[in-house]
Amino acid sequence: MSKILIGTGTGQNYDEPATKRRGSNNQAREPRSSFAGSRGIKMKYETVIGLEIHAQLLTESKIFCGCSTKFGSAPNTNICPVCTGQPGVLPVLNKKVVDFAIKTGLSLNATIANHSIFARKNYFYPDLPKNYQISQYELPIATKGYMDITVDGEIKHIGITRVHLEEDAGKLVHKGAAGLKGATSSLVDFNRTGVPLMEIVTEPDIRSAEEAKVFMSELRSLLVYLGVCDGNMEEGSLRCDANISLRKPGQKELGVKTEVKNMNSFKSVQKALFAEIKRQTNILDEGGRITQETRLYDDASDTTVQMRSKEEAHDYRYFPEPDLVPLEIDKKWIDEIKATIPELPQEKRIRFVKQYELSEADATILTNDLNMANYFEESVKLLNEPRQIGNWLIGDASAYCNENNKTILDILPPDGLVEIIKHIKNGAISRKTAKEVFIEASAEGKEVNDIIKESGATQISNEDELLNIIKDVISSNPKPVSEYKAGKTATLSFIIGQVMKATKGRANPDILNKLLKKELDK
Amino acid sequence: MELFELTAHELHAKISKKETSCEEIVRSVLGRISKVENTINAFLTINIDEAIVKAREIDEQISSGKEMTPLTGIPIAIKDNMCTKGEITTCASKILKNYIPPYNATVVEKLLMAGAIPIGKANMDEFAMGSSTENSAYKVTKNPWNTATVPGGSSGGSAASVCAGEAAVALGSDTGGSIRQPASFCGVVGLKPTYGRVSRYGLIAFASSLDQIGPLTKDVTDAAILMNCVSGYDMKDSTSVEKDVPDFRRSLINNIKGLKIGVIKDLLGKGIDEGVKKAVIDASNLLKKLGAKIEEVSMPTFEYGVPTYYILATAEASSNLERYDGVKYGHRSSNADDILSMYYNTRQEGFGPEVKRRIMLGTYALSAGYYDAYYLKAQKVRTLIKQDFDKAFSKFDALISPTAPTVAFKIGEKIGDPLSMYLSDIATIPINLAGIPAISIPCGFVNDLPVGLQIMGKAFDEETVFKVAYTYEQNTDWHRNRAKL
Repeated sequence: MSKILIGTGTGQNYDEPATKRRGSNNQAREPRSSFAGSRGIKMKYETVIGLEIHAQLLTESKIFCGCSTKFGSAPNTNICPVCTGQPGVLPVLNKKVVDFAIKTGLSLNATIANHSIFARKNYFYPDLPKNYQISQYELPIATKGYMDITVDGEIKHIGITRVHLEEDAGKLVHKGAAGLKGATSSLVDFNRTGVPLMEIVTEPDIRSAEEAKVFMSELRSLLVYLGVCDGNMEEGSLRCDANISLRKPGQKELGVKTEVKNMNSFKSVQKALFAEIKRQTNILDEGGRITQETRLYDDASDTTVQMRSKEEAHDYRYFPEPDLVPLEIDKKWIDEIKATIPELPQEKRIRFVKQYELSEADATILTNDLNMANYFEESVKLLNEPRQIGNWLIGDASAYCNENNKTILDILPPDGLVEIIKHIKNGAISRKTAKEVFIEASAEGKEVNDIIKESGATQISNEDELLNIIKDVISSNPKPVSEYKAGKTATLSFIIGQVMKATKGRANPDILNKLLKKELDK
Repeated sequence: MELFELTAHELHAKISKKETSCEEIVRSVLGRISKVENTINAFLTINIDEAIVKAREIDEQISSGKEMTPLTGIPIAIKDNMCTKGEITTCASKILKNYIPPYNATVVEKLLMAGAIPIGKANMDEFAMGSSTENSAYKVTKNPWNTATVPGGSSGGSAASVCAGEAAVALGSDTGGSIRQPASFCGVVGLKPTYGRVSRYGLIAFASSLDQIGPLTKDVTDAAILMNCVSGYDMKDSTSVEKDVPDFRRSLINNIKGLKIGVIKDLLGKGIDEGVKKAVIDASNLLKKLGAKIEEVSMPTFEYGVPTYYILATAEASSNLERYDGVKYGHRSSNADDILSMYYNTRQEGFGPEVKRRIMLGTYALSAGYYDAYYLKAQKVRTLIKQDFDKAFSKFDALISPTAPTVAFKIGEKIGDPLSMYLSDIATIPINLAGIPAISIPCGFVNDLPVGLQIMGKAFDEETVFKVAYTYEQNTDWHRNRAKL
C-alpha cells in the first residue's frame, strides 16, 4: 500500500471556498460542487455523496420495551431490565415504530416489505448494554424509494436505498478526557438506550455539499410533517453521516470513499462535506490516493480528521435476531398507514403558489416549517391578505425568531398578527409601531390591542380631531405662520413639528400634511 | 415412604386430605438436603429459612380456605439460569457471581402464583454449556445412582435434586438435550416442550432459537402438572406462541391402541451402547404389545445434527454472552486500566474454558467471509432436519429413540475431550433444531445406572408425547426405583 499524505492546505490551487473565511454567520451562499460553480473554476472532479440519516422516532415508549423516550430526564431514570441488557431479558417490538417506518417509506416512494427481519449488529462499546445493537440488515422495512429536490431551479432525483429500524445507544460522560480513551472514569446513562431510530440510506446520487444540505433540509421537513421525528439536529434527534468520493468527470466507476461523521447541523453537513471535498481534491491533485476510512468533522478547525481506518473497521457479525419473529406487513396495514399521511411539503408548496399566488421562493420558506405553514393558513383564514401575511412571517417574524432563538410557536398567535395587519391597513398604526407591537406581543404574550391602547400608539387619523389640534397650533404660533404665508416655506416643518409634539407623534403624517396646508392656505 | 420421596401429585393428595402440611413437606425435603447435599452438590443456593416461612404462609392460607393448585406447597428446584428477583442467579458462572436480578423470569412468576415453594437454585454447566454439569464454576454435581458418575447436563443439578429427593420437582432448560439427557442419566422424567410453548423471558440465554424451559420430575403426571403451570403465551417473549394450552393431565391416558410410533433406526446403530439399545428395543416391543403400531424410520439428516448445532448454538451464544463485560453487573476485573483491558480481563477471569471455546467457535462462524460457509449453511441443514421430521410425522404420531447413547459416564471421563462430550447429545440435538417436543422417561438400567427412552411428538403436540409416556410408565416400574443414598 502506498503511503498517503493526509494533509490540509498543501498544494492549494484555487481560491478558498466562498464561505470559509466569511465567518459562521453567513450560510446563504456556499459553493455548489467541488470548487466549481462559485468562482467560475472549471470542475476537476465530480463529487459523489450518499447519505445515511438517523432519525429518532417520536414514540412515547422505546422500541423494545415500555420505557419512556422522554429527552432530558435525570440519568438512568427511564430504564428497565430490558433496555439495560440484564441477563434473560427479551425485546418486544413497539408497533408504533413500525407504523412510523411504513409512513416514512411510503412518503419516500419506497416499496414496503411484506416480510422484514431484524438482525444483531455486534460490537463492544459501553453505551450499548448488550454489546449488540438490534438493527436490520437483510430485508429492511422499506427499499427502493426516492425524493426529488430542487437545487438552483433544477429538479434532482435522489434515490433512497433503504429505510430500516434500530435501537439507539446510551450516552457516555467522561472524566479526565474528551472520550473513552484516556478517561479516568466514564459514566453511562441508559435513558437513550432503546430509543427508536430510523435509518434512511440514499443512493450515491448527491453531487455537491449544497445538494446534500438541500436534501437534508427537505428530508427533515418531510419527517416533521409526518410527525415521526422532531428534526432537531442540534439535540441529535436527526443525525447524518456521509459517504463521499471524487471521480474524474465522465468516469463511470466510483472513487474510493470516506465516511464522514459528526455533522450536527445543516450548516455543518455542508461545511463538513466541503472540507472533505477539499481534502480529497488536494490529495488527488498531488497524485495521491484516497484511503477508505471513517473521518470525523471537527467544527473548530473546519476539517475532517481520521477516526478509524479500514483495517480498524468493525466486523459486525450481523445475523438474524433470534429473539424476534419476522415482521409480516400486510396490505391492510400499509393501507391503514397510507390513510394517515398528511399533505407533504412539496405538495403544500405547489398548492401555496397556486392558491395564494405566492412566489415559489416564498412558498418554499413558508412550507419548509410545518408550523409556519399552519400559522400562515390560519392567519389567511382570518384575513385574506396572503402576501402581507407571508411577508410578515418571512420577514419580521423569522427575524425575531432567529434573533431570540425561538420558533414560530413562540410568537403571538395568528389572530394577533392579523390584528396588527388590520391596524396598519386602516392607518391606525405605522409600520414602525407595528413591528414594535409585534415584538412586545410576542415577547410578553400581551394582547395586541392592549399594547396599542396602553402606549397610546394609535395614529390620529380622525380629520376633525387633527383639525382642532392644527387650529390650536396655528393660533399659538402666529409668527411662524405669518412667515410661512409670506413665502418662507421652510417654516412649514417647524409647524408640523409643533403638531407632532402636541399629538406625541401620533398624527397621521399624510392627513396632517393635507389638512395643515389647506388650513395655512386659507 | 418419606415425604421427600413422593411425587408432587402424591404430596398434593396428602395436603388435600390434611395428612400432612406444606411445612412438614418442606422440612422433610430440607432434612434430606442436609443429609445428602454434601455428597450430591445439586444446589448453588438453598432457601432454607425462606422456604419454611413460605410453607407456613401457605399452610395458613389453606386452613383459611384458599383454593389450592396442584403445585401449592410443592418444593421446587429452579435451574440457576432462571432469574429470581432479589435472589442470586449465577448461571454457574463466575462472571455472574453475586448477580441479583431485578426481576423474576415469567416461569418463576407463574410458579409463585401457583403457590410452589422454591427450595433452591440448581447447579448446572456454566451458561448451560455442557452435558455433565462438570462445567459449573462452583461445584461438580454427582449422580445419586452412583456418585462417581455425572448426573448429565446441563440441568444436572435439577435432575439430581429430584432424583435424590432434594426437591419434589424441578425446572430445567434444554438447548440441545440439557433436560432430557440428565433426566436419562438420573432416572427421572424430563420434558423439552415445543419451542415457543414456555416463555423464555428471564431465562438467561444460551442459544435463543433453541432454548426451552421444561420440567424434571419423578413421573409423567408431575411433568404434566408442571407444564400446565408454566406453559402459555407471554407478551414479554415474542417467540412464545399464542396458542391455547390444553390441560395436559387430560393426556394422561393409559391407552395407545392404534397409535403409530416410529423407531429411529439411525439412533440404534453405531455409537449406541448395547445395553441402552436393548432397553429401547424392549420398550418399543412393550409399546407394540400395548397396541401401538411400531415401525422403523430413517432420519438421514440426523448425523448432521451435532455439527449444525455447534455452529448455530455457538453463533447465538457468542452474541448472547457479549453483555457480560463488567460494565453493568457481575464480575469486573480489578486488574484493568482502560476499557479494553477491562473487557479482556473481565471475560478472561469470568468465563470458564467451555464457554470461551463456544464463544470463539460462534464468533468465528459469524465472521465476515465465513458466515455463508458456516452459519448460513447450518441454517439450511436445520431446515433439512425439520423436513425430515415433517416427513416422519406425516406417517407417525410419535417417534422413539434412546435419549442418550450411553448411561451416565464417569466424572472426568469426557471433560478433556469436548468432541466425545458433544456426541452424548447426538439423539437430543435434532429435536431442538426442529423445535418439536420430546420427553425422556426411565426405561431400564445398565450397570445399575438408568436408561432413558426419548419420545418425540409433532410441534405443539405434547399431548401425544404425554399419552405414550404415561402408558409406558403405567405398564412399567422403572420410575418407582429410587437411588439409594
